[in-house]
Formats: sequence, structure tokens, C-alpha cells
Amino acid sequence: MEISLATFLAAVAAMSAPVILAALGETLTEKAGVVNLSLDGAILLSAMAGFVVASSSASLPLGFAASAFTGCLVAAVLALIGVSLHQSQVAAGFALTFLCRDLAYFLGHPYARQQGPQLTTLPIPGLADLPFFGEVLFSHSLVVYASFLAIPCCLLFLYRSRWGLMLRCAGENPEACWARGIDPNRVRIAAVVAGGALVGLAGGAFSLAVKPGWGQPQGCEGIGWIALALVIFGGWKPLRVALGAYFFATLQLLGIHFQDAFPTVPAQIFQVAPFPLMIFTLILIHASRQSRGRLSRLLAGNAPKWLGRAYRRS
Amino acid sequence: MLELINIDKRFGRLQALCGVGLSAREGTIHGLIGENGAGKSTLMKVLTGFVRMTGGEIRLRGNRVHPGGPRDAMALGIGMLYQEPLDFPQLSVLENFIAGQAGYDPAAARQRLARLARDFSFHLRADDLVGDLTVGERQQLELLRLIDGGARVLILDEPTTGISAQQQEMLFAALRRLKATGATVLLVSHKLEEIDLLCDEVTVLRHGQVVARRSRPFDRDDLLRAMFDVLPEREGATPKVAAGPPLLIFDRACAGSGRSALAGLSLTIGRGEIVGLAGIDGSGQNTFLKLAAGLLAPTSGEVRLEGEDCGPIRRPTLGVDTVYLPADRLTEGLFPQLSLREHHVLATPGRALLTPSAGLEDTRRAIAMHGIKGEAQQPVQDLSGGNQQRLLLSLIPEKTRLILMENPTRGLDVHSARSTWTLLRRRLEGQGAAIIFASPDLDEVMREASRILVFSANRVVLDIPAREASSQVLSRAITGQVDALVAP
Repeated sequence: MEISLATFLAAVAAMSAPVILAALGETLTEKAGVVNLSLDGAILLSAMAGFVVASSSASLPLGFAASAFTGCLVAAVLALIGVSLHQSQVAAGFALTFLCRDLAYFLGHPYARQQGPQLTTLPIPGLADLPFFGEVLFSHSLVVYASFLAIPCCLLFLYRSRWGLMLRCAGENPEACWARGIDPNRVRIAAVVAGGALVGLAGGAFSLAVKPGWGQPQGCEGIGWIALALVIFGGWKPLRVALGAYFFATLQLLGIHFQDAFPTVPAQIFQVAPFPLMIFTLILIHASRQSRGRLSRLLAGNAPKWLGRAYRRS
Repeated sequence: MLELINIDKRFGRLQALCGVGLSAREGTIHGLIGENGAGKSTLMKVLTGFVRMTGGEIRLRGNRVHPGGPRDAMALGIGMLYQEPLDFPQLSVLENFIAGQAGYDPAAARQRLARLARDFSFHLRADDLVGDLTVGERQQLELLRLIDGGARVLILDEPTTGISAQQQEMLFAALRRLKATGATVLLVSHKLEEIDLLCDEVTVLRHGQVVARRSRPFDRDDLLRAMFDVLPEREGATPKVAAGPPLLIFDRACAGSGRSALAGLSLTIGRGEIVGLAGIDGSGQNTFLKLAAGLLAPTSGEVRLEGEDCGPIRRPTLGVDTVYLPADRLTEGLFPQLSLREHHVLATPGRALLTPSAGLEDTRRAIAMHGIKGEAQQPVQDLSGGNQQRLLLSLIPEKTRLILMENPTRGLDVHSARSTWTLLRRRLEGQGAAIIFASPDLDEVMREASRILVFSANRVVLDIPAREASSQVLSRAITGQVDALVAP
């Protein structure tokens, strides 16, 4: 099967949209110093909530609102345990991810394999007719446009606003925050919940647009772990996190096309290949960091200093 | 006028501050001195609202104030420069400067920062990463930030630790300038030169109480007496100096960075020596011990153990030649839930399979030899501090040549401390070993060591045989006064 480059890139953009939303949500959370491992379960639960609300009310906006709200709720539980109660964020996140997954399958069971509303593509008038770029960038559903917009918004918020500065401070050195009159735990809670909203939207994006419908499996399972890996891959920098998401989607799509091109090679190899390739890329990044050149500065990730550590005032 | 009246602070059963009073006028620099644990830092934390006082009151320009946290303190115009830079290393200078401010206007802040830096002759570039700056520059940035935030009472906690002489000059000039503009500066220090150079008045704390208040001109000996109390001169026999052939050689060794750095160090420690390291906590003694243990590689120069270069150890176990006993013996030196026998089994190489009675004989022998009050099968967390220390000593292999210790008698009563030293001395007999220990207790250093190294500002400022040392000479050296002394 031959496809044009534009069609291929458009598919990459569509496929990576929810991953970008989730990974950016996690970036905000981790920039504030909190690891939210509940991502995978939270995406599934908000995908279910979004689908159920949208099909019951026949309203897509309500569906997306429900999925964002679900994401916030899961994140709020994590914030309560991991920030307010100073307990292990890793343990709480793990427990939450499995709780959310089972809850999603259980609560969503009556709605499995039902017809529901679905976000249609909305080509932007004028721009969609541009050669090449029209197809790649401007012939998508709202979810994909949202993923495009989320990247600059995230950058502006983190690096050009007082709130973003406070958020980064809370992840960097909560003690110094306190000495400057900022309550780092409040900032952290806000960041975790806001990041949770983006993660929830990613769930809604799956069940209402990218892989519409609900069932077991839904098809978005595992994406949360990819998003978590992308945050590290991207060195906690929004732009690189997004590029990582595009890179991963490209690998996955290439795998599908190579399956057709090389029918003798077992299909599993192409399905699994993106994962070792990601690991290989991480090794490359690590290796380039050993040398102190301009390249290594560019590739260097800067993990927030207090990532994963609860702050308790002495 | 800033007044602290009758301040009390209790941490559980510990009375950290007891009826402390202090008053500082505008346009003066007020010194606060005292040895480690005298309560200086606690008092300053009370003033910034970091800790709540249990009694007393704070008056600022006649009004009673209750700083409930750094935010309140800032609103009152009280700002503190912490001993360790409390900032954000991965953020830029400008971002550090504006973090915590009410508004967000980077362009205006950039101009204010540039103007303040020019006023104080600091060279700070707004776009540099704070983590790339020196400790001195980070301190300058913090100082400017506090001034920009409207601080009129500035507290500096040991500000000259770990900064260069030139930066110290710039800091002092800045403080004098602040004084001239009518600010109140509180300087917490243990260096008497700084007090001499800068302060108009000084308050001396000891054991949480004010023991002296003085104004310019200061008499250094008088301040020293107030800080350290009268130190009893050494009694009993002087340990014999039996420096044998060289065992450990430092050759222009530098190590560490920032505040724990150790500047070029050249000295030789011989077999049979007991070397005591004295100095205010964190003046470089620990870096010295880690270098000697091979836990830290020198950044330049070298450290040799009897001819061989002892770089960083590759195996994270106790070396055969060197043993390092950390101060926190239960968490760093022992496994609290393992029994005495299990500790002995771990310390004995070459056993793969263990029977429940493995090592029992050895352990019983060690218990008898070292006078440990405990059973072989008892978990070590049930032992008293003295018995834990004796257990650690019993675990040191026979052929150990170098024993390194941080605060060997910490938390031990007089009897246990004495038995610890008796056991340690036994180690030296006929084996050609050497002991190096750091202790905050000057009496212990003078009583037990045969040679004393005094650390101040990350340098060895004094290296003398113990018999020539007096408490006065040592306490002068500890506070950085080596003018009249023989520097190494």
C-alpha cells in the first residue's frame, strides 16, 4: 500500500494527539516535583467517563468535561496522599492506576460496544486547502488542534508566567519556596490537579475521537506508561516531550507499513520495535551526556531536584 | 529598633533558648556569636518565623510583632540570608530574583536587578544559571533580592563560610553600605575577625542563654572566654608522640566543592600517631576523613596510603587496610535489626552457607574481649550506645592500619568513653596503625590525641603536637586567629 507523505504525517499528528495531552499534563505535574504514576489508569477511567456521559447526554462537550473532571479527581486523590499526607507518591500512583483500570471496566461494562457520539474532523476553511500543510495540519478533529495548541500554551505558562515560575520553584526547592513566602504544597496540589485535567482530556480524546467507543480493551491501555516515559525522554521540557510523542507515533505507524512491505517478517516484530527503539534512544541521550559539548547541553534533561519527594516543613 | 525580649524556645524536653534578650538599633551591625548548638540559628529562625517561640516577644520599632512565617517576616521587612544558599540552582538569576514577588514583570525586575548590582558592585548577569554561580555570587543575589523585597532588618547566618576573600570584601562593603542607609544587620558568626571588622555590638550565646553583651572596642580574649567558658587544662599523662614511618601522605590534596571543600593540603601521618581533628563543624574535618578513607577522590594533588595512591575505593565495603567509623553509628555503621553474631559473620569473608551458630564462637570471644554487655544473638539496636561502639571496634579487622572516626564518643557517658579509648589504644600497640578522629569536644581532642590538626574555613590552620596545645591556643585557632601561631 502506497501512501503520500502528507497522509502519513497527518496520521502521526492524529495518533499522537492524546499522548501529547497526557505527557504535557504529566510534565506540569512533575515540574512541580510530583510523580503521578496513576496516568495509565486515569486515562482509561476518564475515557470511560467521557464516553458514558457523552452518549447518555448526547453532548460531546459534556463528555469532554466529564473526562477532564475525572482526571482532576484521580489527581486530587494522589495529591492528597502524596502531597498533603507526605506519603509515597510512587506507591499511591501505582495503587491508583490499577484501581482506576478495574473501576473503568466495571463501571463501563453496561456501555461496552454501544454506539456513541464521536468527534468529527473539522477542516479549517481556507487553511485546509493548502497543498501538503493543509492535509498535515489543518484537516483534523478539535482534539488534534488542541494538542497543537497545548504545546505553546504549556511553554508560555511554564516559562513566561508567575504561576509557571512558582510551579517550577516548588519542584526545584520547596524549602526555598517557603523561605520566600510561597507555600510549595499548595502549588504542588494545584499543579497535580491541573495536570490531571490534561490527562483526563487525553482519555476523552481516545473514547470520543481517536479510538471512539468503549469496551474491554478500549485500545488506550498502555498509553499512560508511554506518556510517563516521554516526560523523561523529553527531559521535562514541553517541546521535547511533544517531539518525543511524534517520534513514537512515527515509529508505530512505520511498523504498520513495514508489515505490508515485508510480509515474511512476523508482525509482532514491528509491533514491538518502537519500544526497544525508545530505549535505544534513551541510551544514546545518556551517552551523549557523558561528553560536555553543545549537543549534550541540548539533550540534557533537567529533572526537578525534588521530584518524587514530599515536602514537610521542619 | 529591633528588640527580642525574653525569648524561650523548647523542642520537646530540650530548652534551646532560655530568656534570650537582644536589641539592635537601626544603622548598626549586631554580632551574634557562640559555639555550635549555642542557639544562634534557633534565635534567628524565631525572628523569621521559621520556628515558633514558646515564650517572649519581638518588638520592631516599638510595635509588638508576630512573624508566623517567612511571608510575614518579609512583610515586616525582616529578611534572612541562610547559611546554605536557599535558592533554585536550575533557574536563571532573574527567575531567582523574581520568585516570590507579588507581581510578575521580568523586564522591570531585570532593570531593578541591574541597578542594585551596580550599586553594590556585584557582577551578576540576569540570564546565567544560578547553579553555575559560586556560593559567594549566589549569596550576593540573595542579598539583592532581599533588599529589593524591602528588607530593613537583614540576618546573615555565617555568611563568609565557603566564599573567596575577594567576595568577602564585597560582602562586607555591602553590609557597611546597608548600615549607612539605616538598615539593621544581624551577623551570626563564629569568626572573631569578622566581628572586629564589622560589628558595633555583639551578643554572646552559650547553651541557649545570653552570657555576654559587648560594644566596640572588643577584647578578643574576653569574647573567647564568654563563648567557650573556661576550658579545663589537660590533666594526667600526655600521650607519647611515637610517630613512626609514614603511613598516610597528603600531597597538595584538594577535594570537595563549595562549603565542604578542602584547600591544598600537604602533610604526613606516621604509624603510631593518634591525630585529633578540631574545629567548628563543617570546617573541612569530614572531607579530610573521607579523603583519608578513599571515600572521596582528591580533585587535585594526591593522597597515598603507605606509597599507594588511594583513589576512590571500588568496593563499598570496609577496606582491609582502612576502617571508617561514622558518627551516626546505628544508622551508618550497624544494621539495627541484625544480631551481634550476624555482624561478625558479615565482617568475616569467605562464608557462603551459614548455620544458625556460624560465628558464634568468634562473637562470644569478641564480647568477652571488648567487655560488651550483650548476647551474641541479640539485635544490636537493643545495645546501649557504649556497647554499640565497642561492638564496632570489635569488628575492626586485626590487620587494619588506619582507623578513621567521626566523633568516637558521641552520646557516650564518661565510663564508656574511657573504655572506648582504652580499646582503641590497644589497637595501636605493636601493629604500626594510626588513628585519626574528629571531635567537637576540645577536651577529648587534647586528652586523647598525640597530634592536633585545627580546621578553620576549610584549611588546616594549626598542626601541633598535643603536648604543646592549650585550650586557649586551640580555641583561638578554631575561631580563625592564627596570626601569632605557627601555621603548617
